[in-house]
Amino acid sequence: MTDVLDPPAVAEHHEEHHEDHGPTGILKWLTSTDHKVIGMSYTVTSVVMLIIGGSFAELIRAQLSTPNNSLVSLAQYNELFTMHGSVMIYLFMGPFAFGALANIIVPIQIGAPDMAFPRLNALSYWLYLTGSITMLSGFFVAGGAANFGWVAYAPLSNSVNTPGAGADLWIGGLLLTGFSAIFTGVNLTATIFYLRAPGMTMFRMPIFTWNLLITAILILLAFPVLTAGLIMLYCDRHFGTHIFSVAGGGVPVLWQNIFWFWGHPEVYILALPVFGMVTEIIAVFSRKPVFGYKGMIFATITIGALSLGVWAHHMFTTGTVLLPFFSIMSLLIAVPTGIKMFNWIGTMWRGEVWFSTAMLMALGFLFTFLVGGITGIYLASPPLDFFTHDTYFVVAHFHSVVMALLMGAMGALYYWGPKITGYLLNEKIGKAQFWFLFLGTQVFTFPMYILGLWGMPRRVGIYPNHPGWQDLNDVATVGAIMIGISTALFLINIMYSWKKYPAGDNPWDGHTLEWFTTSPPPHHNFYRLPQIRSERPTWDYNHPGHSAAAHGHAAEALIEKEPVQP
Amino acid sequence: MSKVSRVEPPALPPQGVSVRTRRWRRVRRLAVLPVAALVLAGCNDHVPTKDGIPTFGAQPGATTSSHSVFNLWQGFTVGAMIVGFLTTFLIIWAVIRYRRKGDNIPKQSQYHLPLEFTYTIIPVIIVLGLFAATLVVENKEVANPKTSVTINVNAFQWGWKFTYPGQNVVVVGQTTQDPEMVMPVNENVHINLTSSDVIHGFYIHAFNFSRYALPGVLNQFTFRAVNLGTYDGQCTQLCGLYHSLMWFKVKVVSDSDYTAWLKANANSAAATAAAAATNQQTSSIVPTKPTIGNS
Repeated sequence: MTDVLDPPAVAEHHEEHHEDHGPTGILKWLTSTDHKVIGMSYTVTSVVMLIIGGSFAELIRAQLSTPNNSLVSLAQYNELFTMHGSVMIYLFMGPFAFGALANIIVPIQIGAPDMAFPRLNALSYWLYLTGSITMLSGFFVAGGAANFGWVAYAPLSNSVNTPGAGADLWIGGLLLTGFSAIFTGVNLTATIFYLRAPGMTMFRMPIFTWNLLITAILILLAFPVLTAGLIMLYCDRHFGTHIFSVAGGGVPVLWQNIFWFWGHPEVYILALPVFGMVTEIIAVFSRKPVFGYKGMIFATITIGALSLGVWAHHMFTTGTVLLPFFSIMSLLIAVPTGIKMFNWIGTMWRGEVWFSTAMLMALGFLFTFLVGGITGIYLASPPLDFFTHDTYFVVAHFHSVVMALLMGAMGALYYWGPKITGYLLNEKIGKAQFWFLFLGTQVFTFPMYILGLWGMPRRVGIYPNHPGWQDLNDVATVGAIMIGISTALFLINIMYSWKKYPAGDNPWDGHTLEWFTTSPPPHHNFYRLPQIRSERPTWDYNHPGHSAAAHGHAAEALIEKEPVQP
Repeated sequence: MSKVSRVEPPALPPQGVSVRTRRWRRVRRLAVLPVAALVLAGCNDHVPTKDGIPTFGAQPGATTSSHSVFNLWQGFTVGAMIVGFLTTFLIIWAVIRYRRKGDNIPKQSQYHLPLEFTYTIIPVIIVLGLFAATLVVENKEVANPKTSVTINVNAFQWGWKFTYPGQNVVVVGQTTQDPEMVMPVNENVHINLTSSDVIHGFYIHAFNFSRYALPGVLNQFTFRAVNLGTYDGQCTQLCGLYHSLMWFKVKVVSDSDYTAWLKANANSAAATAAAAATNQQTSSIVPTKPTIGNS
């Protein structure tokens, strides 16, 4: 027990006290400031949003299965894709990435008892929930939900072109979830900087925590810009300002600059947490430390920094931006992203790769993200962007990326779910889910790349019956159905595995601190901590003599020798 | 209760080695499928190229710049395929070669600086190469050479107006009427692009080109068509209810046909009226059907 930091003697009494204290049942979920309870609320809410956004997607694909379909009207179609994009980006992927698992896992990974500001954390969740309900309630007002695309380009989004309460509810909902994100960013930054356990230096933090730190900083830099933009848009709609209208001397393109100054960092706000999840999964299921741990961190920081200087690559075709600058900045992001890709492969290299569902999801992420990343490089080149902008090529590109993120997120649910609930999910159903998700994604995106090259524009509810167009659309629809089946399998798995397979504290032979505590963790997370001498304290504790080594060095080379002061 | 479970294999459905091997052969095949599909889709295309490089689904198009863009596309795609296949191979090799067979703990190697340096510097070189190629094509595409023909293109909800300044010719059409922009072949045609209301996307697939029509902004560019023919154009930027229907045609004709077309359609009264109508209230314009072709 010499390598375990025992708590002070009084802690033993606190144990039972913590467990028995406080309300239970529904009241617990309503009043708790425990990061694990809030994180669980985030997880459940965001998965519900995934299902809502996914059902919009299925409707969209059903409409596009024939060229002149009248399943939904053109007006309804505009609402559908607007709300599909909005729900998926604002209400599912973002909150899932930095609200759900980050909330639960980050404090445990750094050995903290809770987030730095537990009540602010609760406020974040309730703002997110109310924001989501606000945005979705647009479907129940006259004129329907917002219908100007998830990017809400001015002047289409002004009160003349889009009258009605649906658009205002969209703006209001986004403001609320935006504040929720900002508060979470504050909370994560403070937690990671100030609540690390003794011995948990910055360069001993797990990659997931590192990525969440960079994500939180990006949130703090980007989200206030969106909030400001939304307030300007609201003022233009209702208070007679002319910030984005030509008639009053305003500049419509200003909205795009504001939106994408938030919007491109947002891509990495969604992606970096998933990169972190995948990194943890690959390392654990390869039984090796993260290859190039420090390089990985610098790659994350580089991505974060570059992401703030590339927003105008969404605006190449406006003819109002400096093309070469934004082109080279965007192309350069490929470099740190490539480093990550090769680090992931290096982590598996000469490892012992175990194909659990979580690992399969991570591998699915690798391939799908590779496709999405490579096609992204095309779009960083202005001439090729002129050629493919606003066609299905772009739609296919970002769906490759976000579907990769969805696979990473699903992998993380299989990986960390047992820690949160104490029970494993069924692996057979999980693997079936993976194959439907992985193959469905490729069947769904590849026809869309070709459709884009053939000139099919995005956001059209009907399309001309050119040779091959319907066939490719039908293949994409089949892919979308496969993805729908995979989501259904996930829900079935949760019901089927409900409290069936007890997980134990450390089912995957994990590396990081969360695998040292119980599943689910006690109220303040830890009864005791191992000594933290590397970024893999639990592994070091369980496998003395198997610590990380640099190429060509002795095994202990990277373990720092000085004793840790508790 | 705080006991840490050691490396015991978790209670999961057991898998025989043979099943696993078979499964992974299948995986390997399946993982390659979509990539193969894309390659085939590229090779299968109807437009053959002179240099023998597949089209990869794109087409050289009908203007000088569209050819350059197409060549850039081919270059990017060849690079993408090399990098993509290499990386996919490395992933598949790693997971098959190093799949878990027992309860061994592998060597815990973590850093290999020369290797890490290599896979940092090679992408930098690739990216700089792509950027250089981009600059060459981009400078050609955004150049504004001397022109003899100018067309003012005005986008509105939900149609297009093509005005030929000094010629008293205006072509206007809404939604399904598909107005036709007539332009001469082998001439630099200067386009002044504007919008009367919201943002529209002026996209001509055969020219491999698109540009936003922005309210309050004049966007200018030049086409030099090299092939005769009629091509589809459409609005690509969401502009409201009938965005899906906002199509137009581009007809590239010979010089003499172009002059004849201008003469046949010169109508100063109609031109003035149409221009005034679109400027005042776009929703109330009486659409004028283009009189040549597309009847």
